[in-house]
Amino acid sequence: MSLLQLTHMAGPEVFLTIAAIAALFFDLYMMQGQSLQMRRVFAASIATLGCVAGFFFLLFVGGTGGDPAGMIVLDPTTKIAKLCVLSVAAFAMLLAADGDFTTHVGEYFALLLMSTVGMTLMVSSENLLMLFVALELASLSLYILVAFDKKSRQSAEAALKYFLFGGMSAAFMLFGLSLLYGLSGSLELHVVADKLAHRAMDPLTLVAMVMVLIGFGFKVAVAPFHLWAPDAYQGAPTASAAFVATGSKVAAFFLMAKVVMLAFSESHGSGDWRAFAAGWMPVVATLALFSMILGNLAALAQSSVKRLLAYSAIANAGYAMLGLLANNGQGMASILFFAVTYAAATLGAFGVVGAVERARGGDKLSDFAGLHRDSPWLSFFMLIFLLSLAGIPPLAGFFGKFYLFAAAVNAGGAEMGMLWLVIVAVAMSAVSLYYYLQPLKQIYVMDAPEDAGKLNVSLATWIGLIGLAVAVVVFGCAPDLLVESLVSAGSGHGH
Amino acid sequence: MSDCAASCLILIIPITFIGAALICLLRLSDAGARRLALLTAATGLALGTIGTISYATSGGPAIQTLTDVPWIKSLGIHFLLAVDGISLTMVMLTGIAATTGVLFSWNVKTRVKEFFALYFALIGGVYGVFMSFDLFLLFVFYELAIIPKYFLIAIWGSGEKRYAAMKLALYSFVGSALVLIGMIGTYVVSGGETMNLIELSQFPFPESFQYWAFPMVFIGFAVLAGMWPFHTWAPTGHAAAPTAASMLLAGVVMKLGAYGALRVAVTLFPAGLAEWREVIGLLAVIGIIYGAGVALVQRDFKFVIGYSSVSHMGFVILGLVTLNEIGMSGAVLQMFSHGIIAGLLFGVVGRMVYDRAHTRQLTMLECMGLAKALPFAMVTFVIAGFASMGMPGFSGFVAEVQILIGAWHASPKFALFAGVGIVIGVAYTLRVMNQVFFGDAKPGRQLTVPPTKPITIPEIVGSVMLIGCTLTVGLYPRILLDLIVPSLHSPMFNALWKEAAL
Repeated sequence: MSLLQLTHMAGPEVFLTIAAIAALFFDLYMMQGQSLQMRRVFAASIATLGCVAGFFFLLFVGGTGGDPAGMIVLDPTTKIAKLCVLSVAAFAMLLAADGDFTTHVGEYFALLLMSTVGMTLMVSSENLLMLFVALELASLSLYILVAFDKKSRQSAEAALKYFLFGGMSAAFMLFGLSLLYGLSGSLELHVVADKLAHRAMDPLTLVAMVMVLIGFGFKVAVAPFHLWAPDAYQGAPTASAAFVATGSKVAAFFLMAKVVMLAFSESHGSGDWRAFAAGWMPVVATLALFSMILGNLAALAQSSVKRLLAYSAIANAGYAMLGLLANNGQGMASILFFAVTYAAATLGAFGVVGAVERARGGDKLSDFAGLHRDSPWLSFFMLIFLLSLAGIPPLAGFFGKFYLFAAAVNAGGAEMGMLWLVIVAVAMSAVSLYYYLQPLKQIYVMDAPEDAGKLNVSLATWIGLIGLAVAVVVFGCAPDLLVESLVSAGSGHGH
Repeated sequence: MSDCAASCLILIIPITFIGAALICLLRLSDAGARRLALLTAATGLALGTIGTISYATSGGPAIQTLTDVPWIKSLGIHFLLAVDGISLTMVMLTGIAATTGVLFSWNVKTRVKEFFALYFALIGGVYGVFMSFDLFLLFVFYELAIIPKYFLIAIWGSGEKRYAAMKLALYSFVGSALVLIGMIGTYVVSGGETMNLIELSQFPFPESFQYWAFPMVFIGFAVLAGMWPFHTWAPTGHAAAPTAASMLLAGVVMKLGAYGALRVAVTLFPAGLAEWREVIGLLAVIGIIYGAGVALVQRDFKFVIGYSSVSHMGFVILGLVTLNEIGMSGAVLQMFSHGIIAGLLFGVVGRMVYDRAHTRQLTMLECMGLAKALPFAMVTFVIAGFASMGMPGFSGFVAEVQILIGAWHASPKFALFAGVGIVIGVAYTLRVMNQVFFGDAKPGRQLTVPPTKPITIPEIVGSVMLIGCTLTVGLYPRILLDLIVPSLHSPMFNALWKEAAL
């Protein structure tokens, strides 16, 4: 593969890197005299532009295919996943424009962009080595982003927790990957799959598989590997937490689904009720079960909205595992759809939380009291985002969940082996309405305090929030806009 | 049905939602918002009436498709709106309840625009449920109605409003979770090709599947219909809600549940129904007697009406499981009748009496001499009370007699116990009527005559409309039965009648 071809394939990454350098350069040499607000908006614009340029390059110019070693692969599904990651990142950049916690504006956006590069590479690699490097690029940038509020002790604590857990998970993952390499003699996922298919389910394969799953489990924060998430989300600057909760999740879910469905395609075992068989399915089913129950129940008791969103993220990671269990094209499509709708709603919710935090000095539930009087639109957007997470139609979250559940049950045919887990999922999502209604109750039902600070929301944030709210409503009312292309992409290369 | 009438019916849903959005977004005064609200509700009612008359006079097939557009192609989900006589009965009920609800909330003072916006968001969802013939679409509209209910009660309610609102929202959501599981199962078992209710009702679901899917879906819907023992949201919700919301809750939201149970559970899983009918029938009868008994000892005026709703909805559930034509058409008629009568009762209790007397305690009301102070309220309540007791000449009589006859054919013991419920119904209605309006006025506690706030024109118009409806249907029930009965013999019910013949 020539350098030109490689640049063509990795176009979005090139744009993102250029934007990262530009954000650093302009902030350092041209914007130093300006106000912080100005610098932030400028850097955020560059960063958003980088994402948007990458998006359109991929949409209209980017080729398909891949190099023989699977370092970078662009098939139709991957392309959609990459587009999703880029658009989530673009919105995250816009919402980060209001974060007034740092004077190192250039570095902040450069790091956001670097982690985005990591995520796009994660999505498009089918090579054990490359996917690990990409995962680490994304993670390392995120650790720093979480620590970025240097004045806040919580931020440092959160970052340390995140880093220690992340480092541990990387160790697990690397161990698992090296075992896979040892078993198959190849780094390429297709070859690994072929080699594994000819082996019986021996202990070594199982260990390799479980190690890799544990590694991913940390990254997507499924119980019992979720312990870092609530602290990291609560302590981190809101813009960083938003990106950890969304961009990295979309990429990690997709990568996990790809590794599991591709490399372990012949060793799935079974997670059906009373018909468990060794393989990755029972492991994933267990993770899903724990995650859904623990995430939803723990969220009930939270008084910090960021922490509440962290537990909601854990619960949602549990739902997403159901798509893995479907183990087919429909499962893959449903994971991606769900991840995108989850990311849009969560990102938006964090955006609103950020605005409220700046005006009222905290993210406690009581800080949201009477928000509808101060800002009807901000309140209305929060309503849309939280109800979408709760799965109320006609918002995108509802169809996202329905599609996942239907895919998981459908995969078993009329036997409906996965029905037990879907019943748990539906029951838990009924529980979730309670805690998603808590902030909304404060916003719409309670009275605002007399001395509530003035809300100060920049144009960039408004654009971001409006875009996300429109996306949540449109994908909810017309899911076919995304589902159709996912389905046709999936049938193209047949998982 | 003419194309024009079909488009009238389709238009009801968008017009209601657009009305909600406009009320919220336009820079209206409170009075302007009220007028726009009345216009929206009345337009819905008028369009529904046009559609119904056209349906009744055209004599086409029982189920008439309004629109059918592929929505989510890969899952075979369609945006399918259609009507039969049962859905049109419900559409008419919704139109009447919505219009009179606006009239009875003419005095809402706080956050008027938001109030009516949420009100119409709820009504739009309700209309949607009654006209959806695609299971997925029906479910979407069904869930859409949950959130507005929560805010209507939590913001504008009285008493323990936040508790009652959350209870209602969670009960509804848990109920719809049961339905969702049944729906996914239905979809997968039928081959994952379609959600069209007419096609699904022809599909022979295996009996082992029906055995668990039927109670799942039926009870999921029946939670919202206030079936005992899942009724506890109803009295608290009704009592805490603002008048218009109580009228909607009792008038149409409870009917959503009963309608869903009929449209989905009963038609799709007739073998499951045959298996479970004794159990469901028993729960229905317990609900009838329990609701009436508890209403007999309440001290709060609104709770009496709240529990009476549980009792009356028990008749609907009982009618649904009779598995014969007279019982089931009685159930649909009872849905309509109870919607009208409960609306009227809540109008009197919540608007005419509570907004002037500022108490709902029966012992307090007793001393106020309300018969003299509010003669119009007294007359309205007496008429509504008679209708609620099931006096001949009112709609409740026809409906409950039909259900009792149906239940007698199915299982005489249920009919007997349900009859006991009617007797208790007479007792509690007479008790509150006597206590509230004909108690001995004590000097000093009397409501001033004439009261500082006399009965207003909107209240009179609303009451007359509702009384007119219950009298019309009571005196000439064929006006609705001619719609309902042929629809019970549409292809959707083929499997059911086959099962009933076994």
